[in-house]
Amino acid sequence: MLKYFEPGRIFSITSKAPKYVLFLFIIILSIGLTEALILSPEDYKQSHSVRIMYVHVPAAWISLGIFSSITLLSVVGYIFKIKNFFLISKSLAPSGLVFNIIALVTGAIWGKPTWGTWWAWDARITSMLILALFYVMYLVAWRIYEDNDKLFKITSIITILGIINVPIIKYSVDWWNTLHQPASINILSKSSIHTSMLFPLIIMTAAFALFSLLIFLMKYNTELIKIKNKGLDRL
Amino acid sequence: MINELLLMKGYGLYVWSAFLFTLFSFLVLFLITKTQYVKEKSKFISKFGSLNSERAAFAKSQSIHKEILSNTSNI
Repeated sequence: MLKYFEPGRIFSITSKAPKYVLFLFIIILSIGLTEALILSPEDYKQSHSVRIMYVHVPAAWISLGIFSSITLLSVVGYIFKIKNFFLISKSLAPSGLVFNIIALVTGAIWGKPTWGTWWAWDARITSMLILALFYVMYLVAWRIYEDNDKLFKITSIITILGIINVPIIKYSVDWWNTLHQPASINILSKSSIHTSMLFPLIIMTAAFALFSLLIFLMKYNTELIKIKNKGLDRL
Repeated sequence: MINELLLMKGYGLYVWSAFLFTLFSFLVLFLITKTQYVKEKSKFISKFGSLNSERAAFAKSQSIHKEILSNTSNI
Protein backbone atom coordinates (compact mmCIF):
# COMPACT_ATOMS: atom_id res chain seq x y z
CA MET A 1 0.00 0.00 0.00
CA LEU A 2 2.77 2.43 1.02
CA LYS A 3 4.52 1.97 -2.34
CA TYR A 4 1.73 4.05 -3.92
CA PHE A 5 2.92 7.04 -1.87
CA GLU A 6 6.55 6.86 -2.99
CA PRO A 7 7.69 10.25 -4.40
CA GLY A 8 8.59 8.64 -7.74
CA ARG A 9 5.13 7.16 -8.11
CA ILE A 10 3.40 10.37 -7.02
CA PHE A 11 5.52 12.40 -9.45
CA SER A 12 4.79 10.00 -12.33
CA ILE A 13 1.06 10.73 -11.83
CA THR A 14 1.25 14.47 -11.05
CA SER A 15 3.63 15.16 -13.95
CA LYS A 16 1.42 13.51 -16.56
CA ALA A 17 -1.93 14.79 -15.23
CA PRO A 18 -1.63 18.56 -16.07
CA LYS A 19 -1.99 18.14 -19.86
CA TYR A 20 -5.24 16.16 -19.42
CA VAL A 21 -6.53 18.62 -16.81
CA LEU A 22 -5.69 21.56 -19.12
CA PHE A 23 -7.56 19.90 -21.99
CA LEU A 24 -10.62 19.26 -19.82
CA PHE A 25 -10.43 22.79 -18.38
CA ILE A 26 -10.50 24.37 -21.87
CA ILE A 27 -13.54 22.30 -22.87
CA ILE A 28 -15.49 23.01 -19.66
CA LEU A 29 -14.52 26.70 -19.71
CA SER A 30 -15.70 27.05 -23.33
CA ILE A 31 -19.09 25.53 -22.43
CA GLY A 32 -19.27 27.69 -19.30
CA LEU A 33 -18.46 30.92 -21.16
CA THR A 34 -21.04 30.16 -23.86
CA GLU A 35 -23.66 29.49 -21.21
CA ALA A 36 -22.71 32.49 -19.06
CA LEU A 37 -22.37 35.11 -21.80
CA ILE A 38 -24.87 33.96 -24.44
CA LEU A 39 -27.36 31.31 -23.40
CA SER A 40 -28.26 32.23 -19.82
CA PRO A 41 -31.10 34.76 -19.39
CA GLU A 42 -30.71 38.28 -18.09
CA ASP A 43 -32.05 39.08 -14.63
CA TYR A 44 -35.39 40.90 -14.31
CA LYS A 45 -33.83 43.41 -11.88
CA GLN A 46 -30.09 43.52 -12.66
CA SER A 47 -30.39 42.89 -16.39
CA HIS A 48 -27.14 41.69 -18.04
CA SER A 49 -24.92 42.76 -15.13
CA VAL A 50 -25.99 39.52 -13.42
CA ARG A 51 -23.60 37.67 -15.77
CA ILE A 52 -20.70 38.88 -13.60
CA MET A 53 -22.02 36.38 -11.03
CA TYR A 54 -20.67 33.53 -13.21
CA VAL A 55 -17.08 34.56 -12.50
CA HIS A 56 -17.53 36.31 -9.15
CA VAL A 57 -19.32 33.55 -7.22
CA PRO A 58 -17.20 30.53 -8.33
CA ALA A 59 -14.01 32.54 -7.62
CA ALA A 60 -15.23 33.35 -4.09
CA TRP A 61 -16.32 29.74 -3.43
CA ILE A 62 -13.02 28.27 -4.59
CA SER A 63 -10.97 30.83 -2.72
CA LEU A 64 -12.80 29.93 0.51
CA GLY A 65 -12.56 26.20 -0.25
CA ILE A 66 -8.81 26.38 -0.86
CA PHE A 67 -8.18 28.33 2.34
CA SER A 68 -10.21 25.80 4.35
CA SER A 69 -8.23 22.94 2.74
CA ILE A 70 -4.92 24.69 3.47
CA THR A 71 -5.92 25.09 7.12
CA LEU A 72 -6.97 21.45 7.47
CA LEU A 73 -3.79 20.19 5.79
CA SER A 74 -1.55 22.50 7.82
CA VAL A 75 -3.10 21.55 11.15
CA VAL A 76 -3.12 17.80 10.42
CA GLY A 77 0.37 18.08 8.92
CA TYR A 78 1.65 19.90 12.02
CA ILE A 79 0.07 17.46 14.49
CA PHE A 80 1.20 14.30 12.67
CA LYS A 81 4.42 15.80 11.23
CA ILE A 82 3.50 15.10 7.60
CA LYS A 83 5.74 17.34 5.48
CA ASN A 84 3.90 16.47 2.28
CA PHE A 85 0.72 18.14 3.60
CA PHE A 86 2.63 21.43 3.89
CA LEU A 87 3.90 21.00 0.35
CA ILE A 88 0.32 20.44 -0.88
CA SER A 89 -0.85 23.52 1.07
CA LYS A 90 1.93 25.66 -0.37
CA SER A 91 1.02 24.49 -3.89
CA LEU A 92 -2.67 25.33 -3.36
CA ALA A 93 -2.14 28.85 -1.99
CA PRO A 94 -1.27 30.80 -5.21
CA SER A 95 -4.49 29.81 -6.98
CA GLY A 96 -6.45 30.54 -3.77
CA LEU A 97 -5.02 34.06 -3.67
CA VAL A 98 -5.71 34.67 -7.36
CA PHE A 99 -9.32 33.49 -6.97
CA ASN A 100 -9.69 35.78 -3.96
CA ILE A 101 -8.41 38.75 -5.99
CA ILE A 102 -10.76 37.82 -8.87
CA ALA A 103 -13.70 37.72 -6.42
CA LEU A 104 -12.78 41.16 -5.05
CA VAL A 105 -12.19 42.82 -8.43
CA THR A 106 -15.23 41.32 -10.19
CA GLY A 107 -17.28 42.19 -7.08
CA ALA A 108 -16.15 45.82 -7.40
CA ILE A 109 -17.01 45.81 -11.13
CA TRP A 110 -20.44 44.34 -10.32
CA GLY A 111 -20.91 46.87 -7.50
CA LYS A 112 -20.65 49.92 -9.75
CA PRO A 113 -23.80 49.32 -11.88
CA THR A 114 -25.69 47.63 -9.01
CA TRP A 115 -24.89 49.77 -5.95
CA GLY A 116 -23.47 52.83 -7.68
CA THR A 117 -20.03 52.40 -6.10
CA TRP A 118 -16.90 50.35 -6.79
CA TRP A 119 -16.17 49.73 -3.13
CA ALA A 120 -17.93 49.84 0.22
CA TRP A 121 -16.53 48.88 3.62
CA ASP A 122 -19.30 46.34 3.86
CA ALA A 123 -18.92 43.25 6.12
CA ARG A 124 -18.77 40.71 3.26
CA ILE A 125 -16.34 42.72 1.10
CA THR A 126 -14.11 43.68 4.03
CA SER A 127 -13.92 40.10 5.32
CA MET A 128 -12.99 38.89 1.81
CA LEU A 129 -10.22 41.52 1.75
CA ILE A 130 -9.01 40.22 5.13
CA LEU A 131 -8.90 36.69 3.67
CA ALA A 132 -6.69 37.98 0.84
CA LEU A 133 -4.34 39.46 3.48
CA PHE A 134 -4.14 36.04 5.19
CA TYR A 135 -3.27 34.44 1.85
CA VAL A 136 -0.52 37.05 1.37
CA MET A 137 0.81 36.47 4.91
CA TYR A 138 0.83 32.71 4.30
CA LEU A 139 2.77 33.01 1.04
CA VAL A 140 5.18 35.59 2.47
CA ALA A 141 5.90 33.26 5.43
CA TRP A 142 7.06 30.59 2.96
CA ARG A 143 9.50 33.10 1.49
CA ILE A 144 10.79 34.43 4.82
CA TYR A 145 11.37 31.33 6.95
CA GLU A 146 13.91 28.71 5.96
CA ASP A 147 13.84 26.59 9.11
CA ASN A 148 11.10 23.99 8.48
CA ASP A 149 9.95 23.65 12.12
CA LYS A 150 9.48 27.41 12.47
CA LEU A 151 7.90 27.65 9.02
CA PHE A 152 5.34 24.90 9.66
CA LYS A 153 4.45 26.44 13.02
CA ILE A 154 4.04 29.97 11.62
CA THR A 155 2.02 28.88 8.55
CA SER A 156 -0.24 26.74 10.76
CA ILE A 157 -0.87 29.70 13.08
CA ILE A 158 -1.65 31.97 10.09
CA THR A 159 -4.17 29.48 8.69
CA ILE A 160 -5.81 28.89 12.10
CA LEU A 161 -6.23 32.65 12.59
CA GLY A 162 -7.43 33.02 8.99
CA ILE A 163 -10.01 30.25 9.22
CA ILE A 164 -11.85 32.23 11.95
CA ASN A 165 -12.63 34.70 9.15
CA VAL A 166 -14.23 32.05 6.88
CA PRO A 167 -17.55 31.65 8.81
CA ILE A 168 -17.58 35.46 9.19
CA ILE A 169 -17.45 35.75 5.38
CA LYS A 170 -20.20 33.13 4.99
CA TYR A 171 -22.61 34.58 7.57
CA SER A 172 -21.70 38.30 7.28
CA VAL A 173 -24.73 38.91 5.06
CA ASP A 174 -27.02 37.38 7.71
CA TRP A 175 -25.39 38.89 10.80
CA TRP A 176 -25.14 42.49 9.60
CA ASN A 177 -27.01 44.82 7.32
CA THR A 178 -24.84 44.76 4.22
CA LEU A 179 -24.95 46.06 0.68
CA HIS A 180 -24.09 42.55 -0.46
CA GLN A 181 -27.08 40.37 -1.24
CA PRO A 182 -27.75 37.23 0.85
CA ALA A 183 -26.84 33.79 -0.51
CA SER A 184 -29.03 32.60 -3.40
CA ILE A 185 -27.79 29.03 -3.17
CA ASN A 186 -28.34 26.91 -0.09
CA ILE A 187 -27.29 23.29 0.20
CA LEU A 188 -29.64 22.54 3.09
CA SER A 189 -32.69 24.54 1.98
CA LYS A 190 -34.32 25.52 -1.30
CA SER A 191 -32.19 27.81 -3.48
CA SER A 192 -33.69 31.03 -4.81
CA ILE A 193 -31.78 30.87 -8.09
CA HIS A 194 -33.47 29.59 -11.26
CA THR A 195 -32.03 26.46 -12.93
CA SER A 196 -31.30 28.45 -16.11
CA MET A 197 -28.81 30.46 -14.05
CA LEU A 198 -27.74 27.66 -11.73
CA PHE A 199 -26.53 25.47 -14.61
CA PRO A 200 -23.95 27.96 -16.01
CA LEU A 201 -22.88 28.74 -12.45
CA ILE A 202 -22.14 25.05 -11.81
CA ILE A 203 -20.28 24.71 -15.13
CA MET A 204 -18.14 27.78 -14.41
CA THR A 205 -17.44 26.49 -10.88
CA ALA A 206 -16.27 23.19 -12.39
CA ALA A 207 -14.03 25.06 -14.83
CA PHE A 208 -12.51 27.17 -12.04
CA ALA A 209 -11.99 24.07 -9.90
CA LEU A 210 -10.16 22.40 -12.81
CA PHE A 211 -7.97 25.47 -13.23
CA SER A 212 -7.01 25.43 -9.55
CA LEU A 213 -6.25 21.69 -9.88
CA LEU A 214 -4.05 22.44 -12.91
CA ILE A 215 -2.10 25.15 -11.08
CA PHE A 216 -1.83 22.95 -7.99
CA LEU A 217 -0.36 20.04 -10.00
CA MET A 218 2.16 22.28 -11.78
CA LYS A 219 3.18 23.98 -8.55
CA TYR A 220 3.41 20.67 -6.66
CA ASN A 221 5.68 19.21 -9.36
CA THR A 222 7.86 22.32 -9.18
CA GLU A 223 8.15 21.96 -5.40
CA LEU A 224 9.10 18.26 -5.72
CA ILE A 225 11.81 19.08 -8.28
CA LYS A 226 13.05 21.90 -6.01
CA ILE A 227 13.50 19.40 -3.17
CA LYS A 228 15.29 16.99 -5.49
CA ASN A 229 17.56 19.83 -6.65
CA LYS A 230 18.60 20.39 -3.02
CA GLY A 231 19.13 16.61 -2.73
CA LEU A 232 21.48 16.64 -5.74
CA ASP A 233 23.49 19.44 -4.14
CA ARG A 234 24.10 17.19 -1.14
CA LEU A 235 25.26 14.21 -3.25
CA MET B 1 -26.85 39.98 -32.43
CA ILE B 2 -23.12 40.84 -32.10
CA ASN B 3 -23.93 44.38 -30.94
CA GLU B 4 -26.39 43.01 -28.39
CA LEU B 5 -23.74 40.62 -27.10
CA LEU B 6 -21.12 43.36 -26.85
CA LEU B 7 -23.26 46.15 -25.44
CA MET B 8 -25.60 44.10 -23.21
CA LYS B 9 -28.03 47.01 -22.77
CA GLY B 10 -25.28 49.25 -21.42
CA TYR B 11 -23.76 46.68 -19.05
CA GLY B 12 -21.30 45.30 -21.63
CA LEU B 13 -18.34 47.27 -20.30
CA TYR B 14 -18.82 45.87 -16.79
CA VAL B 15 -19.56 42.28 -17.86
CA TRP B 16 -16.74 42.05 -20.41
CA SER B 17 -14.19 43.69 -18.13
CA ALA B 18 -15.03 41.22 -15.33
CA PHE B 19 -14.66 38.22 -17.66
CA LEU B 20 -11.51 39.57 -19.30
CA PHE B 21 -9.92 40.32 -15.94
CA THR B 22 -10.64 36.74 -14.84
CA LEU B 23 -9.19 35.20 -17.99
CA PHE B 24 -6.17 37.50 -17.87
CA SER B 25 -5.52 36.50 -14.24
CA PHE B 26 -5.72 32.83 -15.25
CA LEU B 27 -3.24 33.39 -18.06
CA VAL B 28 -0.77 35.27 -15.83
CA LEU B 29 -0.93 32.64 -13.07
CA PHE B 30 -0.53 29.82 -15.60
CA LEU B 31 2.50 31.44 -17.25
CA ILE B 32 4.19 32.25 -13.92
CA THR B 33 3.67 28.67 -12.67
CA LYS B 34 4.86 27.18 -15.95
CA THR B 35 7.98 29.38 -15.99
CA GLN B 36 8.86 28.31 -12.44
CA TYR B 37 8.36 24.64 -13.41
CA VAL B 38 10.53 24.88 -16.53
CA LYS B 39 13.23 26.79 -14.60
CA GLU B 40 13.43 24.19 -11.81
CA LYS B 41 13.42 21.33 -14.28
CA SER B 42 16.23 22.75 -16.38
CA LYS B 43 18.19 23.43 -13.16
CA PHE B 44 17.69 19.76 -12.23
CA ILE B 45 18.82 18.53 -15.65
CA SER B 46 21.96 20.67 -15.60
CA LYS B 47 22.80 19.59 -12.03
CA PHE B 48 22.25 15.95 -12.97
CA GLY B 49 24.51 16.35 -16.00
CA SER B 50 27.32 17.74 -13.84
CA LEU B 51 27.39 14.67 -11.55
CA ASN B 52 30.24 12.19 -11.98
CA SER B 53 29.31 8.69 -13.20
CA GLU B 54 29.24 7.12 -9.72
CA ARG B 55 26.99 9.82 -8.25
CA ALA B 56 24.82 9.87 -11.37
CA ALA B 57 24.31 6.10 -11.09
CA PHE B 58 23.34 6.50 -7.43
CA ALA B 59 20.97 9.37 -8.21
CA LYS B 60 19.43 7.41 -11.08
CA SER B 61 18.59 4.57 -8.70
CA GLN B 62 15.91 6.83 -7.17
CA SER B 63 12.68 6.45 -9.10
CA ILE B 64 11.67 10.13 -8.81
CA HIS B 65 14.90 11.23 -10.50
CA LYS B 66 14.17 8.90 -13.39
CA GLU B 67 10.64 10.29 -13.59
CA ILE B 68 11.83 13.91 -13.68
CA LEU B 69 14.39 13.12 -16.36
CA SER B 70 12.02 11.01 -18.46
CA ASN B 71 9.08 13.39 -18.21
CA THR B 72 9.20 15.65 -21.23
CA SER B 73 5.84 17.29 -20.69
CA ASN B 74 6.23 21.06 -20.75
CA ILE B 75 2.94 21.80 -19.03
